[in-house]
Amino acid sequence: MAKMKKEVNLVQRPIRKFAPVFILPTFLAFIIGFVWPFIQGIYLSFCNFNTPQDAQWVGLANYAKVFADPGFLNAFKNTAAFAIVSIILINVLAFTIAYALTQKMRGSNLFRTVFFMPNLIGGVVLGYIWSMIFDGILSKYGTYLTANGTYGFWGLVILVAWQQIGYMMIIYIAGLQAVPEDMLEAAKIDGATGCQTLFKVIIPNVMPSITTCTFLTLTNSFKMFDQNMALTGGLPSIMSNGGKINVTELLALNIYSTYNINKKWHGVAQAKAVVFFILVAVLAIAQQAATRSKEVQQ
Amino acid sequence: MKKLIAMLLALVMVLGLAACGGKTEAPAETKAAAAPAETQAADAPAAAGRVYYLNFKPEADAAWQELAAIYTAQTGVEVKVVTAAGGNYSDTLNAEMAKSDAPTLFQCGNAQGLADWNDYCLDFTGTKVLDEMTTSDFNLVDDTGAVKCIGYCYEAFGIIVNKALLEKAGHSLDEIKDFASLKAVADDIHARAAELGFDAFSAAGLDGSSSWRFSGHLANMPLYYEFRDDGVTKQPATITGAYLDNFRNIWDLYITDSATPAASLATSTGDMSEAEFGEGKAVFYQNGTWEFANLVTDDTKNFHMNPDDLAMIPIYCGVDGEEKAGLACGTENCWAVNAKASQEDIDATLDFIYWVVTSDEGTKMMAEQFGPIPFKNAKESENVFFNDANAYMANGNYTVTWAFNHTPNVDSWRATVVTALNDYSVAPSDATWAKVVEAFVDGWAYEYNMAQG
Repeated sequence: MAKMKKEVNLVQRPIRKFAPVFILPTFLAFIIGFVWPFIQGIYLSFCNFNTPQDAQWVGLANYAKVFADPGFLNAFKNTAAFAIVSIILINVLAFTIAYALTQKMRGSNLFRTVFFMPNLIGGVVLGYIWSMIFDGILSKYGTYLTANGTYGFWGLVILVAWQQIGYMMIIYIAGLQAVPEDMLEAAKIDGATGCQTLFKVIIPNVMPSITTCTFLTLTNSFKMFDQNMALTGGLPSIMSNGGKINVTELLALNIYSTYNINKKWHGVAQAKAVVFFILVAVLAIAQQAATRSKEVQQ
Repeated sequence: MKKLIAMLLALVMVLGLAACGGKTEAPAETKAAAAPAETQAADAPAAAGRVYYLNFKPEADAAWQELAAIYTAQTGVEVKVVTAAGGNYSDTLNAEMAKSDAPTLFQCGNAQGLADWNDYCLDFTGTKVLDEMTTSDFNLVDDTGAVKCIGYCYEAFGIIVNKALLEKAGHSLDEIKDFASLKAVADDIHARAAELGFDAFSAAGLDGSSSWRFSGHLANMPLYYEFRDDGVTKQPATITGAYLDNFRNIWDLYITDSATPAASLATSTGDMSEAEFGEGKAVFYQNGTWEFANLVTDDTKNFHMNPDDLAMIPIYCGVDGEEKAGLACGTENCWAVNAKASQEDIDATLDFIYWVVTSDEGTKMMAEQFGPIPFKNAKESENVFFNDANAYMANGNYTVTWAFNHTPNVDSWRATVVTALNDYSVAPSDATWAKVVEAFVDGWAYEYNMAQG
């Protein structure tokens, strides 16, 4: 036993020694590509700038504008509503399909593949394709996708559900397959009904998958950009109470369009992005803590 | 043994990195070696700098690349032409300007562009290229009077007419003198559309690929007349919308005398409208001089219309005295030279654009791509629409200038106008038109305030 342990160390020690060498390239890339832009981004949110080189410090002025913008508040409401609807819809449907496909049935592998496939298509492409589908259907009723906010909102929900259900389904399938057989057998012997088995045995056991999937759908919903831009582009755009609102705009697209107003708004867009980051981070951590606590130890 | 393997692995990786480094150096070396040979060939203006042109017209990309190659072959000066993808010019400009290897030549086409990029725009006063210009109408001048952007070509828009179809319907271009006569002709053609096999107007599509024709160009008509009456020459903080009834006249005509149902305008694209006209299914098509190539010469479009059948007439909308109107001429094609570039690069860039507007190769390409350019050495253009524009000017008709260049936050302003136009088109009424007026007038004031920060 002791000899074996020594041997392991013999292999590991040189690797440990050279670990920094192995880590260095990725670490550098991470610093250059993520950490530094992130820090610079926070700095720029306190500045007026056109290009990052000519940034001028303005303090909290950008943040004041963020919260005075009706478009941002509207985008926040949209995003929150969208997140709630899509988290519920995607997870319920994904779990249901996963549950169905883990029952012994013919062709379940084929179904899994087919349901997963929408994930392989990029968001912008999906957005344009679905806008054509929706417009094709709506034109039969003499209307169109960007006619009002409701169509745009539910259009986006359908699109994103269609895209993400397959992905979450795979995670749930893995979770369901890991539920110990003996537990299920014990439940059966004890005379648990199907419903009881599902809620008292299966769901507590797939709680780690539920944590992962709700986390993914939550952050995906908040970060939603390409699909939003390609499907409606935030349209319709209306005047309301002297302000202007892009009715179907979500947060990320709102930040993008703020940046594009003109150079005076670059800093404001940057400030919105920082607010956005804090929001997503807080929500994600809170959600993780909430669902983690419900997980059972096997 | 294991230690040795690990050492070897680390060594291999380090070597791998070194190899990668070597690869990136290689092209630089070959470039350096080639450079002296090139400069030897250059007897003409051997500038030490280089030119980086950020072009914003994807359709002219091939022509620019070719011209750049000719210039490099003749002078040895490196000319890099990068074309921003359609609709992404401002993003690309922002990104490229932040780099150390920033564009030395770029487009800055309107008051807002100048406001954003003024620090980066070189003053053209006293340059050779400015002396070559025949008009300063299309140049952008900042508050201090410095010429910051020069209009290197101009464009005109109006209603493109298929004269052959018009005659087939028993009408002629001479009948159309103002809005009333245009409406009479269009109404007649629309009423007999089934019998004739074509309709009056091609679809007034409000899809993003087409809506700029109306939220931008058609909206120019009420803006132009208002600004003319009020003597507006700078971006106004508010507008009155005095001529919006005229805008409604012409818009009603577009959506009524057309084969496309109003409810499908929202999804009707620019290509669809163009094809409708190109394939002879519509007599009238609102667009600009840039459409000439698409309609006549472009093999991928395959319309191959006869240039003799084509004409462009002013957009009539029922304003008093409009029978003396000409086409709407103006430009957003203005060159700006990056003032923050090194002096060598600035000199090289000025030499390059001077060559473009004076040399045989340059002026030929410009005439082919952009029509008559406002420079002394300009070549004639085959584009009949420009001939129409010039004919109106020669007859003493007033040119409708591009008042929409004053639009604050142009994309956002237009988006709201398009939304309102869509709602109006589906259910035309005074109530839905009020939303268009709101988007126009209140939207302008709102965007103006936004643009001020």
